[in-house]
Amino acid sequence: MARKSHVQTTINGETVEFLCEPRQSLLEVLRDELHLTGAKEGCNNGNCGACSVILDGRLVNSCLVLGAEIDGKSVETIEGLAEPDKLHPIQDAFLENAALQCGICTPGFIMSAKALLDKNPNPTEHEVRYWLAGNLCRCTGYDKIVRAVLDAAAAT
Amino acid sequence: MPVVAIPALIRNLTDGEESVTVDGATIREVINNLDIRYPGTKAKLCEGDRIRPGIGVYIDGVLTKVGMHERVEEDTELHFLPAISGGIAESS
Amino acid sequence: MSEKKEYKVIGTRPIRHDGVDKVTGRAIYGADFQITGLLHGRVLRSPHAHARIVSIDTSRAEAHPGVKGVVTAEDLPAAEDKMADLGEGAVSLKYLCDNILASDKALYKGHAIAAVAATSPHIAEEACELIDVEYEVLPPVLEVRQAMESDAPILHENLRTSSLGETGDKPSNIASHFQHKKGDIDKGFDEADVIIEREFVTGTVHQGYIEPHNATALYNPDGQLTVWCSTQGAFTVREQLAEILQYPISKIKVVPLEIGGGFGGKINVYVKPVAALLAKKTGKPVKVLMNRADVFEGTGPTPASYITIKMGATNDGKITAAQTSLVFEAGAYPGSPVGAGAMCVFAPYNIENVVIDGYDVVVNKPKTAPYRAPGATNAAFGTETVVDELAEKLNIDPLEIRLMNGAKEGDRRADGPVYPRIGFIETLEAAKEHPHYASPNGKKYHGRGIASGFWFNIGLESSVTINVNPDGTVNLVEGSTDIGGTRASIAMQAAEVLGIPAESVNPTVVDTNSIGYTAVTGGSRTTYATGYAAYEAAQDVVQQMKARAAKLWDVDEDNVQFADGEFSSINGKEEQISFRDLSARLGETGGPVIGRATMNPAGAGGAFATHVVDVEVDVDTGKVEILRYTATQDAGKAIHPSYVEGQIQGGVVQGIGWALNEEYIYNDEGEMTNASFLDYRMPTCLDLPMIDAVIVEVPNPGHPYGVRGVGEVPIVPPPAAIANAIYDAVGIRMTELPMSPDRLLKAMGKI
Ligand code: FES
Ligand code: FES
Repeated sequence: MARKSHVQTTINGETVEFLCEPRQSLLEVLRDELHLTGAKEGCNNGNCGACSVILDGRLVNSCLVLGAEIDGKSVETIEGLAEPDKLHPIQDAFLENAALQCGICTPGFIMSAKALLDKNPNPTEHEVRYWLAGNLCRCTGYDKIVRAVLDAAAAT
Repeated sequence: MPVVAIPALIRNLTDGEESVTVDGATIREVINNLDIRYPGTKAKLCEGDRIRPGIGVYIDGVLTKVGMHERVEEDTELHFLPAISGGIAESS
Repeated sequence: MSEKKEYKVIGTRPIRHDGVDKVTGRAIYGADFQITGLLHGRVLRSPHAHARIVSIDTSRAEAHPGVKGVVTAEDLPAAEDKMADLGEGAVSLKYLCDNILASDKALYKGHAIAAVAATSPHIAEEACELIDVEYEVLPPVLEVRQAMESDAPILHENLRTSSLGETGDKPSNIASHFQHKKGDIDKGFDEADVIIEREFVTGTVHQGYIEPHNATALYNPDGQLTVWCSTQGAFTVREQLAEILQYPISKIKVVPLEIGGGFGGKINVYVKPVAALLAKKTGKPVKVLMNRADVFEGTGPTPASYITIKMGATNDGKITAAQTSLVFEAGAYPGSPVGAGAMCVFAPYNIENVVIDGYDVVVNKPKTAPYRAPGATNAAFGTETVVDELAEKLNIDPLEIRLMNGAKEGDRRADGPVYPRIGFIETLEAAKEHPHYASPNGKKYHGRGIASGFWFNIGLESSVTINVNPDGTVNLVEGSTDIGGTRASIAMQAAEVLGIPAESVNPTVVDTNSIGYTAVTGGSRTTYATGYAAYEAAQDVVQQMKARAAKLWDVDEDNVQFADGEFSSINGKEEQISFRDLSARLGETGGPVIGRATMNPAGAGGAFATHVVDVEVDVDTGKVEILRYTATQDAGKAIHPSYVEGQIQGGVVQGIGWALNEEYIYNDEGEMTNASFLDYRMPTCLDLPMIDAVIVEVPNPGHPYGVRGVGEVPIVPPPAAIANAIYDAVGIRMTELPMSPDRLLKAMGKI
């Protein structure tokens, strides 16, 4: 087994250190080493978006990033989005719009939506659909998800 | 008296009758009486004294899980249909 | 039950109780579960679609550093022992066990052969590659018509066709045949002025839930087995584990964690018994996760099918006869949903003369599992296309021909049962009145299609207990795992009875030791049956609290009434106390109040849907674009309309995927060549417009609030509706699913 490397990074604003094997993905590190299980594994090959996190301001599939790659970088995950006494407007909009059924895709969609609204606070429906096309949801038919993101945009 | 809808594949045993009226207060009694009138029908529907696996008993259109001792009413209609296989209704 | 009731909670749209956990990433799904000392299990799968297993040597894997245990079918209780006590049932038990870990034959690519537990998932994966399996490769059978031929390779030497008590005399891949017959089919066709007969082929498709199967098992030294997992039914997992492991049910506890989609695919167990075997072998907790390819190749898809439909109608539009043969793939072991398909195939119509033949056929593909209205979508693709063609030949509007022949209360379905109050006609009327149907349609290569569908829904067992808290809230304990917001729809029914807000009910889904038996979340039964149990448990609370109020006021119990959240005394004394205030006084009137109910309700009431779709066909690429979609559906009574709409929208989109893209693509060796989300290609939000869900409410007489199950029927009409729209757009009748660009180009003669 290859030696573990030491990684220092910022996750949701906190400095975090961990050891990881060269073959471990960021998703594995988040879930198995740091117990941040909000990012989900749906496919482990970049096709579902359930593992979406924001890395240095860019939306990534954490299953396609190596744990060792995030040394010195900054990661935002679903766990860091809400304030202690207040949900993020996108989270509120998902609840208000009933934009989740089983909810397994929800953390990924919310992180994707956040990355979109950070860049483009007033997207059209088509822009929302285009941006979220990397996230799969099998339950909702997307209707209420798209509405939730449009509502969140209007609210912020 | 309860009415039994005869499954298409055993209507050869009931002179082609699609449904027959048979006396009985439970499914067991109904099937036994059916067999007296049309010998051989019970053997098709049951394995020993139990409903054959793969067959579902519907009382007035509703699948019953209770089987042979389920009580039937005077005007009950009984159907023997393929149990819904593939999980949902008989996943156990 | 009156049709116009005023409700306080039912019909409103509160925030779901588990919502915050699910939008903050805090909800614990099966794969998120952690426990000290955890080992990781992985499964070795057959690379061949059909092979005899000559030998398995696990020694190299066992010697690999970090490996703690390896299991094969040898570790399952021997099938021969079970034969002794179970008679014919033993055959199906052998099938059940062999699907968990193959004993003598691998019957599909992806069939589980062995499993490893190790200190990390990567080590377990490496060790799987060190297991030496010698196979004798056999030719695979991949399609039902091929499987039914007399010289086809045989999957199971001991399988004979069973046909209602008759058993075939030689090995066959046809596991069973049945027939429904009503009226006189020849007479029916004689009366017809137009007869249409068509053949349909549908592909193998997967439920496509985003969360892969998972299980964590722990064996305590006292023999207690605990399994944490995501499942549609903790109790059915307990039963299957008891059967497969031949282990007492009293020693098994199944803890359902949050579940990331199921659609019927998370009823059967796959890795749960494997995790249990590994836990037993290693003495440690073991978590087994599937990856996406495992899910496609190693869990039940819903069957491909070959269907013939023949229907006849008179010039004035009356359908006089309908005949079908439904041939469904069971996958590697018997048990396709062909029985359900046969119940649904002509269900929307009142037809006097009908013959339905069903065949269950084994092939070298994964054992099929239920998928949302199992069997009904395949069947409706055929029927609804032929009905459309009849309407066209007779020059009748496609909604009109359905209105003319649509089933109503008192009509008899072809397989026998008589309909109670149903709402098919109402869905047709809602579609007819919808602005979508009146909107212009006529641009070149644009087309509009409609189709209807039926699903019977089920009841089955549900248990609920309700504990009253001193602040007037209640804790509701249930056994139905929540896949799509059922905590809310169940809690709302209790809240309505108790006259308290939905937020004052705290619903919790608990393990198999903590609640009465509750059947799966499936069959569109949860809001209906568990909701019914919540209603009854709440009534039980009201009864007990009436007695408390009577005590408080020193009046007779019969003189206490309850309405709108207030207890009051009638006959004499003027007394009144709210549910909330009385809750605070339970201590002084006799102690805690617990309401309980266990139900097995019979009147699930069927659900009907009618869909209208507009498409645009790109005649150069063969791509079909969904321009507009409207789905009307009878929900009986929508408890939480947002989640009813959500079920409809989700079902429609799964149906769109089934119609246009999704299928298992096999090579000649029987290997699935598209076992990834990229290549299987489920719809993304960019492929779709908004889905207009129109809820029609024809109350179900079999439920106190009139609820009908809503989850399944919305997947039934889309393939036929889209096929009819494609015909309207380009004049080509598509009879094969999916209607992918290559098939469409071929049908249009472009390639
Ligand atoms: S798990 Fe990373 S994209 Fe699917
Ligand atoms: S809510 Fe289940 S996958 Fe999106």
